[in-house]
Amino acid sequence: MSLVGHQAPPIFRRGPTPLARLILLVSICLAMMVADIKFRYLDVLRQGISVVTYPLQMAAAAPADFVLNASHYFATLIEVQMENAELRRQLLDAAQLLLRFDHLQRENEQLRGLVQMAERVPLKSVSAEILYNAPDPFARKVILNRGTQHGVEAGLAVVDARGVIGQVTRVYPVQAEVTLLTDKNQAIAVEVVRNGLRGVLFGSGQGRLEMRFVLAGADIVPGDELVTSGLDGVFPSGLPVATVSRVERESQGQAFNSIACEPAAGIESSIQVLVVGRAELPPPPPSAQKAPAAPPGRS
Amino acid sequence: MQPTNRSSRILLPVKFWFVWLSLIVAVGLRYIPTGLLPAVPDWVALVLAFWCIREPLKVGMGTAFLLGLLVDIGLGAAMGQHALAYVVIAYLATALSRRVLWFPPLEQALHVLPLLLIGQMLMVLVRLVAGAEFPGWWYFLSSFSGAVLWVPLTFLLLLPQYQPVERDEHRPI
Repeated sequence: MSLVGHQAPPIFRRGPTPLARLILLVSICLAMMVADIKFRYLDVLRQGISVVTYPLQMAAAAPADFVLNASHYFATLIEVQMENAELRRQLLDAAQLLLRFDHLQRENEQLRGLVQMAERVPLKSVSAEILYNAPDPFARKVILNRGTQHGVEAGLAVVDARGVIGQVTRVYPVQAEVTLLTDKNQAIAVEVVRNGLRGVLFGSGQGRLEMRFVLAGADIVPGDELVTSGLDGVFPSGLPVATVSRVERESQGQAFNSIACEPAAGIESSIQVLVVGRAELPPPPPSAQKAPAAPPGRS
Repeated sequence: MQPTNRSSRILLPVKFWFVWLSLIVAVGLRYIPTGLLPAVPDWVALVLAFWCIREPLKVGMGTAFLLGLLVDIGLGAAMGQHALAYVVIAYLATALSRRVLWFPPLEQALHVLPLLLIGQMLMVLVRLVAGAEFPGWWYFLSSFSGAVLWVPLTFLLLLPQYQPVERDEHRPI
């Protein structure tokens, strides 16, 4: 092997020069990145090699777990009492809602039967806990303590007590990676509760959300609540997502409003979450010739 | 008492298994979930640069590529992101290897700092091109903390190569 900046005499020279090797390896890296980010070709390779790295990862996570458990253990009595009181209050609220929910659900089923609408797709859910932020500083992702072994699949929605926080993007045997709504590459199909106006909500960096593709003349005002529309075929419909905080009607020449939104859930702060998804796949979308495709629900 | 090329202290030859052990331990340290805590040094880049400077014939770009892939997968980053940065760091470190060891330890650290920064800038660049969000300037702090750790790291990684100080006068080596 020859050194950089040093030409070995021909009798000692072995293999390509350092510069040639650098160029070769860098181009392999770039090709891999394109294949991974743009086309997701390398997920099989990733799964394969993660079998090797998994024990090392588990070993590395042990000290972090220890610190976490220790801090839980040493939480003061007063904090626990306050939390307990808060939880009792929430339980009471929830119980009261639940009493009515049973009744309403039965009524809903009967009414749907009367007008012969399709049954609502049943949901399945897995409760999980957020372990830590994913170490990739370029994306807003968190790691859950549930994986394929507990029934988590890629594409499921993740909600906390107040609304949607993100979507499962990668699943490992006992862990799952969730892309938060505030990630720049995450989108979610939403509708306005007040009038059913549909749109797509994107993360816009720095923990903010932005609703795009709403026409300039559309009826949307600050304070409007946004829920999932279910049109993307991924998220169940009706989950609270965000509240409109600011609508800027652009001057002439702009086709779309610029709409900033506040997330309903504690996207960057919640710990206990629920992974929810459709128990069965939705029916296939109509073919392309008949109707234009549904709004993009990128994952 | 850091052996540089100027010091008269003679080191034992490096053990191959120790090089790999230190690299694997560095990968393990990199996997520790510190969340988004700033200024956590990139252990792998640091140890890799160390061995590329000390043993440029044993550790090079191929090793850097493999380690980069392991880190990419473990951290859930884009495949090839760390591999690219580490390959470039290994190339530059090998190129600097004959020069750096003539300097005292603190000035060696000043040589290593730009290497780590270049690696991080490459990663930021490729991720920004791919449409990710800029992580903020604190991201680059980890290079500085890495450079600060250069001196203790040199001491630690050379420990198995030191010889006893009390020497036999009749057999100086």
